[in-house]
Amino acid sequence: MKAAAEEFSSVVEAHRPQIFRFLLASTRDVDLAETLTQECFLKAHRNWDRFRGDSSALTWLMRIAINLEKDHWRNRRLQFWRRTQTNAVELDEASDWLPSGERSVEQQMMAREQVAQVWQAVEGLSARQRTVFLLRYVEDQELREIAQATGLSEGTVKAHLSRALVKVRAELRGKR
Amino acid sequence: MSMGTGLADEGREFEAKIEQALKDFRSSVHAWSEAEYSRPRAVKLVHLRSWRVAAGWALGCVLAAGSLTGGLYERHHQQELAKIAARQQKLAAEQRASKEQDDLLAKVDSDVSRQVPSAMEPLAQLMAEDEAR
Repeated sequence: MKAAAEEFSSVVEAHRPQIFRFLLASTRDVDLAETLTQECFLKAHRNWDRFRGDSSALTWLMRIAINLEKDHWRNRRLQFWRRTQTNAVELDEASDWLPSGERSVEQQMMAREQVAQVWQAVEGLSARQRTVFLLRYVEDQELREIAQATGLSEGTVKAHLSRALVKVRAELRGKR
Repeated sequence: MSMGTGLADEGREFEAKIEQALKDFRSSVHAWSEAEYSRPRAVKLVHLRSWRVAAGWALGCVLAAGSLTGGLYERHHQQELAKIAARQQKLAAEQRASKEQDDLLAKVDSDVSRQVPSAMEPLAQLMAEDEAR
C-alpha cells in the first residue's frame, strides 16, 4: 500500500509539469489548466490500482487529461448561463514567451510573429486536430503514443496531423 | 539558375521556415508553461469561482421557481376561464330552452283556444246570465 503511494507520488512529480503544459497549450487558460491538472491527478489517484501498465504512465495520464478537457467544454456548452468569455490569454500574449537565444532583435521579432501565426492556425483546428498537433509538436510524442492517448488508430492520428499541418502551412504561407 | 531550381529552393526555404516556426512554437509553450508552473497560485480565484457557482445556482433556482409559479398561475387562469365559459354556455342553453318552452305553451294555448267548439257557446251564455241574475 505504502509502495503504491510512493510510486504514485513519483509519477505525479515526474509528469505533472507535462500534463499542465499540454492543458495550458490546449486551453491557453492558466487557471483552467491548473484546475484540470489537479482533477487529472485526483482521478489518476482514485484509479491508480486499476492502471495495468499497458501504456506508459504519461500516456495514461494524458488520456485522462484529454477526456477531462473534452468533458469541460461539453459541460461549458450546457452551462449557457455562465459567461461565455474564458480566461484564455490572447494569441499575441501567448507568443510573447519565446527564449531570445542568440538572435538579433529583428530575428526575435520575426520568430515571435511566426509563433503567433502557429497559434492562429492552432486556434482554427478542430479539437481532435489540436490535441494531436500539440502532442506531436509540443510534447514530442510518437504517433503510437498519441494513438494510445487519444484512443484513435495510428492512421487517424496521421490524417489529423496532416490536416493540422496543412492549416499551419497555409497560415504561414499566407502571411509570408 | 533555371526556373525549376528556383522553385525547389523556394520550397526548401519554406520547409525550413515551417520547421523553425514549429520549433519556436514548442520553445514558446515550454517557456510559458515553466513560468506559470513555478508561479504561486492565488487562492482568491477559488473563492471567486465558489461565489459564481453559488450565484449561478441561486439564479437558476429563482428562474425555475418563477417558471413553475408562472406555469401554475397560467394553468389556474385557463381553468377559471374555462369554468366561466362553461357557466355562460349553460345559462344561455337554459335561457334558450325556457324560451322554447314558453313559445310552445303559447302556441298550445292559442291552438286550444281556437279549437273551442261552437256548440258550447249557448251553455257559456246561460252561465253568464245566471251569474248576472
